[in-house]
Amino acid sequence: MKEFADLLRNLDRNTKTLEKIKALKTYFSNASDEDKIWALALFTGRRPPRKIKTAQVREWAWEKAGIPEWLFAESYQHVGDLAETVALILPQHNSISQKSLHEWFAELETLKKADDETKKAYILKAWASLSGFELFVFNKLLMGSLRVGVSQTLVIRALSEMYDQEPSGMAHRLMGQWNPFDIRFDELIIQENTAQNPSKPYPFFLAYTIENHVYESISPLEWFVEWKWDGIRSQIIFREGQLFIWSRGEELVTDKFPELHQLAQHFPEGTVLDGEILCYADGHPLPFSTLQQRIGRKNITKKILQEAPVLFMAYDVLEWNGIDIREKPHEYRRSVLETYVAEFENDSIFKVSPLVSWNTMDDLSRLHNESRTYYAEGFMLKRKSAAYQTGRKKGDWYKWKVKPLSVDAVLVYAQKGHGRRAGLFTDYTFAVWKGEHLVPFAKAYSGLTDKEIRELDAFIKQNTVEKFGPVRTVNPLRVFEIGFEGIQQSSRHKSGIAVRFPRILRPRPDKYAHEADTLENLQNLLTVYGV
Amino acid sequence: MKTKSLLSFSPSGIYCPEADVQIDPWRPAEKAIITHAHSDHARYGSKHYLAHKDSEAILRLRLGNDISLQTVEYGEPFYINGVRFSLHPAGHILGSAQVRAEYKGEVWVVTGDYKLQDDGFSAPFEPVTCHHFITESTFGLPIYHWEPQETIFAEIKEWIAENREKGITSVLLGYALGKMQRILTRLAPLDYPVFAHGAVYNVNERLREAGYALPPIQQVSEVSDKKHFKGALVLATGSALGTPWMKRFEPYSVGNCSGWMAVRASKNRLNTDRGFVLSDHADWNELNRAVEATGAENIYVTHGFTSVFSRWLNEKGLHAQELKTLYGVEYETENTLSEA
Repeated sequence: MKEFADLLRNLDRNTKTLEKIKALKTYFSNASDEDKIWALALFTGRRPPRKIKTAQVREWAWEKAGIPEWLFAESYQHVGDLAETVALILPQHNSISQKSLHEWFAELETLKKADDETKKAYILKAWASLSGFELFVFNKLLMGSLRVGVSQTLVIRALSEMYDQEPSGMAHRLMGQWNPFDIRFDELIIQENTAQNPSKPYPFFLAYTIENHVYESISPLEWFVEWKWDGIRSQIIFREGQLFIWSRGEELVTDKFPELHQLAQHFPEGTVLDGEILCYADGHPLPFSTLQQRIGRKNITKKILQEAPVLFMAYDVLEWNGIDIREKPHEYRRSVLETYVAEFENDSIFKVSPLVSWNTMDDLSRLHNESRTYYAEGFMLKRKSAAYQTGRKKGDWYKWKVKPLSVDAVLVYAQKGHGRRAGLFTDYTFAVWKGEHLVPFAKAYSGLTDKEIRELDAFIKQNTVEKFGPVRTVNPLRVFEIGFEGIQQSSRHKSGIAVRFPRILRPRPDKYAHEADTLENLQNLLTVYGV
Repeated sequence: MKTKSLLSFSPSGIYCPEADVQIDPWRPAEKAIITHAHSDHARYGSKHYLAHKDSEAILRLRLGNDISLQTVEYGEPFYINGVRFSLHPAGHILGSAQVRAEYKGEVWVVTGDYKLQDDGFSAPFEPVTCHHFITESTFGLPIYHWEPQETIFAEIKEWIAENREKGITSVLLGYALGKMQRILTRLAPLDYPVFAHGAVYNVNERLREAGYALPPIQQVSEVSDKKHFKGALVLATGSALGTPWMKRFEPYSVGNCSGWMAVRASKNRLNTDRGFVLSDHADWNELNRAVEATGAENIYVTHGFTSVFSRWLNEKGLHAQELKTLYGVEYETENTLSEA
């Protein structure tokens, strides 16, 4: 595993893309095939399920380190990464283990059915044979997701350069269901597509946020405009008589949406559609929170199917009659969508996302302002002549979202962040006035620059009124403009209101706390925009 | 805290009412004993200062040549209103001292900042037995375990050699006072050109003038031709990171020397190429060893992980409490890059 740990350390150390690619190439040229497939699985988020409960690992770690549980918890809060915390508190040895990456995984796999004592003995022995960065990497294999300063895009780029393939083709190879226990590296990466797994999705094409010059240059002759729906971006695949649904996060979610399974009876063999899964009733989409609640459920009960019915809103067709048509212009794909795919339209489970008709930019701006009344969060702009590309590319697809709703609110609680933000107060709770009192209504984590975060961190440390575990109550002095996408009534929140995707739009150093908005202001927004 | 106590904690710092003297006050005082010359401990505006003689050069550089300053040797007793004071090596930086105060058989020790590892430049830490021990806790979490400095300096040397091979500049960041002298003496002999940011240069030159054994270094601003930086070592403070000042060294690699670099998130946040875990503070085990060595039963924990470390000590049967001070505030507000 030393080689893999070295690779991760190099990726961690190097901030420059070219250096990272070089490190990846060095690893993929030197490592064994058995190890490489595991490295790929880890880089693409395919770590096998945990064999040992995280709580147990924690307990064994603080026991071994000779510290109480609360001290472990404090340490974890500061480090922000469980695997790293465990590596840092354990007694340090010199690394003696010669085991390779795939050997570790093979051994961990055998623990699945082992009793707790066997598991514990195994882990303690493993810890004693590892140190420093290798110990950290081992803990990551055990329980963490592997975020190591390398994006999947970078891995794809390194591999495509090494094996002289198009990045989009390489991205496609890495998609979908594959398991490092039963696929070889060359099968996945090098061999010509032989028996392809029928469930394999295409890489999603993602849009950039619209830029000023785009408004000025678009015309209805060259651009399609669609509503931007707020659901789960997905791909529906029908191949070899089976239906598969993938979310954009490359998660196979077929089982979560049983009502969509009947689409299998309609689609011709070899169909892949790109679209959005929405909760949908009475001819319009329901708020995202309805879908979110449904996603969170393990069992899809009859009640859920009734209260939160879903519909697939199709945007695009990527494969038709078994032929990959992603390279065809969008206009062509759209005509396939409208001519053939639209045949299966039915108001309850499947629709083709309509185009917005427009002539002038004025029309478009006016309609854009009305997006919320159409249950949309803005527009998607797509160039008619564009192919369906891979990943986030500039030039052909743009998202043009409506301005968020916003209020000015006061910072009242703060908590330390995780990962990159560990050790700094970066998780904030904001409140609005209800008479003399501040009522918390939203938590926000993003929207400040690093410099602003550090400044606020210092403010919080100097202005802590009380500590409740990890949470600090802060003197209510700082005002921020908080933006959000939607607003809803909620019995679970003290404020009676739940907002969707809250984030900090900007600090308001020009405002005193008493000038912040009131709960009444929020309730007015609820009346106008709430569902 | 009892009012009769030899040392007490006032809004402006640690105070000895019997002697009417403050220790490291953050507001101007009549008499101030200074543990060391870092700016969060040695603040401007007090009438009279007292410190170890090795702190003199920098105190005068930072607080003014004309301050009223009395200096003493380690272990040399001095009396103020019948209170017996003495300074003892803290091992943090050149001239850093623990302050020992004794009155009617009761002994207090204030550590300022300290480390137990001998850095080869500062006088090494000496444990002082006492009844009441006021300790820092900058790295008071069990995740902080320093490797021997030989290991860290080997890493730094290897990094510089690699950079030289590639023909790029090595920019090493750290606190100007303390860290940089440690680095300079540990990297010697320096068989490559070394340049320094003004902040580092000023401290180094002042110490050299005062007779301390440090190699001469050249100031970056005096170099007009950028090609001199190729393969050279540049010493700078953390405040240089991400500023246009760095541009002249391109291509370069940046390494940051700080105990905070032990945690990946802290290192990654700064976007430096390398983080070297090199600290002038005590790590977790050192803090515990230091507390134990004093034999003190009453421990007061200042700047750092105060609540964590005092709870830990209480659970071990000591009487510990946390103190709110302004020490260490500087690096928290700037960024978590340097450690004062």
